[in-house]
Amino acid sequence: MLKRVHFPSSLLPYLLVAPQIIITLVFFLWPASQAMYQSFLIEDAFGLGTEFVWFENFEQLLTDSHYLASFQRTAVFSLLVAALSMGTALILAGFAQRVVRGAMFYRTLLIWPYAVAPVLAGALWVFMFNPTLGIFPYFLEMVGITWNHYLSGNQAMALVIMAAAWKQVAYNFLFYLAAMQSIPNSVIEAAAIDGAGPARRFWTIIFPLISPTTFFLLVINMVYAFFETFGIIHAVTQGGPGTSTTILVYKVFNDGFVGLDLGGSAAQSVVLMVLVIAMTVVQFRFVERKVEY
Amino acid sequence: MADIQLKDLVKSYGPTEVLHHIEGDIKDGEFIVIVGPSGCGKSTLLRMIAGLETVTSGEIAIGGKRVNELEPASRDIAMVFQNYALYPHMSVRENMAYGLKIRKLSKEEINRRVEEAAEILEIKQYLDRKPRQLSGGQRQRVAMGRAIVRDPQVFLFDEPLSNLDAKLRVQMRLEIRKLQQSLGVTSIYVTHDQVEAMTLGDRLMVLNGGYVEQFGTPIELYDRPASVFVAGFIGSPAMNFLPAEVQNGQALLPGGAQVPVMGQHSGQATFGIRPEHLQADEAGPIAIQIDMLEQLGANTLLHGRLQGTDHTLVASVPGHAIDAPGTLRRFAVPAERSHLFDATSGKRLAD
Amino acid sequence: MVENRPFATFLTHLVLVLGVIAIALPVWITFVAATHDPLRMGQAPLPMWPGDHFLTNMKQTLFGSGLSGTEGAPVWLMLLNSLAMALMISTGKIIISLLSAFAIVYFKFPFRMTFFWMIFITLMLPVEVRILPTFEVVADLGMLNSYWGLSVPLIASATATFMFRQVFLTVPDEMLESARIDGAGPLRFFFDILLPLSRTNIAALFVILFIYGWNQYLWPLLITTDTSMTTIVMSIKQMLEAAEQSPQWNIIMATALLAMIPPVFVVIAMQKLFVQGLTETDK
Repeated sequence: MLKRVHFPSSLLPYLLVAPQIIITLVFFLWPASQAMYQSFLIEDAFGLGTEFVWFENFEQLLTDSHYLASFQRTAVFSLLVAALSMGTALILAGFAQRVVRGAMFYRTLLIWPYAVAPVLAGALWVFMFNPTLGIFPYFLEMVGITWNHYLSGNQAMALVIMAAAWKQVAYNFLFYLAAMQSIPNSVIEAAAIDGAGPARRFWTIIFPLISPTTFFLLVINMVYAFFETFGIIHAVTQGGPGTSTTILVYKVFNDGFVGLDLGGSAAQSVVLMVLVIAMTVVQFRFVERKVEY
Repeated sequence: MADIQLKDLVKSYGPTEVLHHIEGDIKDGEFIVIVGPSGCGKSTLLRMIAGLETVTSGEIAIGGKRVNELEPASRDIAMVFQNYALYPHMSVRENMAYGLKIRKLSKEEINRRVEEAAEILEIKQYLDRKPRQLSGGQRQRVAMGRAIVRDPQVFLFDEPLSNLDAKLRVQMRLEIRKLQQSLGVTSIYVTHDQVEAMTLGDRLMVLNGGYVEQFGTPIELYDRPASVFVAGFIGSPAMNFLPAEVQNGQALLPGGAQVPVMGQHSGQATFGIRPEHLQADEAGPIAIQIDMLEQLGANTLLHGRLQGTDHTLVASVPGHAIDAPGTLRRFAVPAERSHLFDATSGKRLAD
Repeated sequence: MVENRPFATFLTHLVLVLGVIAIALPVWITFVAATHDPLRMGQAPLPMWPGDHFLTNMKQTLFGSGLSGTEGAPVWLMLLNSLAMALMISTGKIIISLLSAFAIVYFKFPFRMTFFWMIFITLMLPVEVRILPTFEVVADLGMLNSYWGLSVPLIASATATFMFRQVFLTVPDEMLESARIDGAGPLRFFFDILLPLSRTNIAALFVILFIYGWNQYLWPLLITTDTSMTTIVMSIKQMLEAAEQSPQWNIIMATALLAMIPPVFVVIAMQKLFVQGLTETDK
């Protein structure tokens, strides 16, 4: 934590941390405490006065069927994004680590979507699935499926999941490949001598050994799906049709900035804060006891 | 150049005292080796002299001036670290010049000093390389060069050879000694290796558990160790110890052997004799039952037990011995070569 | 290892090539869309091979009025805004994190741990959970529609601080001791020794943070109302909205392409640093 030998204490360390601390106070801690404070307030119908109501906003959230539905939707959305992008990445990494020389070549071709902003990923996918012009609806039509994510809630959900997962495959692939490459060769060779073929080696040796990475990625992907996919939803579906793609983050934004329900939006913020804290704790817990090969 | 005084020096971390009232006078130009097992406080002592650790109480004076409160940079010292601590992003030349640049010496002066030091250490051709392009021995030289260019009052060495292989260690040991003699700079050298200590030091300070066991020349330490600890620590193979009952200039050893000893002491004591001082003698009082031989070429080490007891003894005999295990060999002990220590405190008993 | 399974080798490459194609497909389609004239882009099925209007489209996108029917800023200005924001966020984060990590690792001073935990907490407060109050603070400070407003509120960084802390902790203690014997004070040590030693870490972090900064969406959306402050990433949203009335997909996709080229280029050109940065900050 601290060096054995350090510089004598003076004013200097305070000056060094000052920029970070000031920004943290002004733009992080103060707004967060404001959000918490506002979550205890209700504004009257004309926006003239506010009333301190303790947990009424939270009680309302818990009985609001729209909110609970959004909660459930977010869970499904996140799990599907995580499963789709991690599954794809796992398969690709599993094959990539077999080609010793070409692994880095494939890596280059697979990791660049990390740099694409979520909202752009959304734009790309919404273009491919444009109901009148898009490539995919054209092919789907041939097999008798009518695609219109402006009308079908499920299709809209599928679209944002694909867009969100597409961007994240790069990240998961990178970590999976690194984890697989850090398994000592001798372990794989021992399994080969024991008579295990490539597929068997993958499922009985490699996959169990990289389980810490799987867990780590699961948390990271959940956080990604919870927060960073805002751009996709906002640009592609605006939470619709109806509320079929309104995930929590979008709802906070929408209720606060569009609906101007400050108390309710603040209460939702606080719930999200609790979720982030929980996920961060889980993530750090995991880092503490990382498996050694 | 300067002398160094350590007066009643104490170092504590919280309530634990790790160095207890260290006293020492180091003369100008002397090469002092602080030696002891790991954890004895020798590095802490060196780092206190360097100004890297604070002094709990007592005083350190360099050149007659109290330096307790001075920053390391103001003490006019140079230090060679165990891992060399070369700045990895700077070339050899920049590494050596860095301290001089901070002291705002002129470019010409810096260049002159660096070239000169590089000449002495024979690293001139490496001046523009980075540390990672050098071998261990070359890095060691650069670390020394960095100390030399500063032209300090005192050199401090913190186990500088322990990262080198055995052969290089011997070579660098000689070079350090030669260099120190030609520069004549007061030097303090910390090591846990007693051979290094014996060969390098004008005087040795033996530390054990934060106490100075003995401070003297290598020969003094070898001939008249002040305690069982020093006796066992200095010299290889280590001194043999046996419990003894002393009376009228004779020590009665376990198993009944009687050997002559010096001094007027009587009562319980620890008797010590170095393996190389056991003289093969058919009529000698000490009989060793041989368990095992170690052939070193020039001499042979005989490992065995004092006849009729479980006390192990080692004897060193010149040339090649070929006794089979189980053989009995007898040895004589010259009184002036034997040592007596207090049975409880371990301190040397007056001769 | 001797393994004679030609089919397995074939399958391996087949899967990987299919993966690469699947991952690249959306961008290929985007690129193709940016090479055709608006007329062709209005007819289904859309083309799968590039046309010959790439340069015309790029020119119109970059320097023309952009999408007809909208009153947006020219795309070159958006690119410039994005670049300014990305650079300010990444350098800002790196500078203040270097400084605070240096203080926390190399000094012992009252409230050291308090500051450490305050920085840690920012990890748990993504902008999405404090949208409204942060917006109010920025508005009160008069920072709406400014580069400062775009960047400063985002530059506190726990991950960067932790990473530098980790880097500094691996610098051997003897380095500091040696520098002190050489007479270097704290700032001198920081600039002469610590910064050069952290060079690659700084570069790796810069790659990650540049992408992070460039790809900001929600924050610029909130605090810029002036069209001259629009960033390229957030402009996509307006274009998609406009597309519902007048689909000019060639221009929209050309804009999308321009928006993703800088960060994608950074990833590919500095792959080693990118991988290092990603694995270092997320642990």
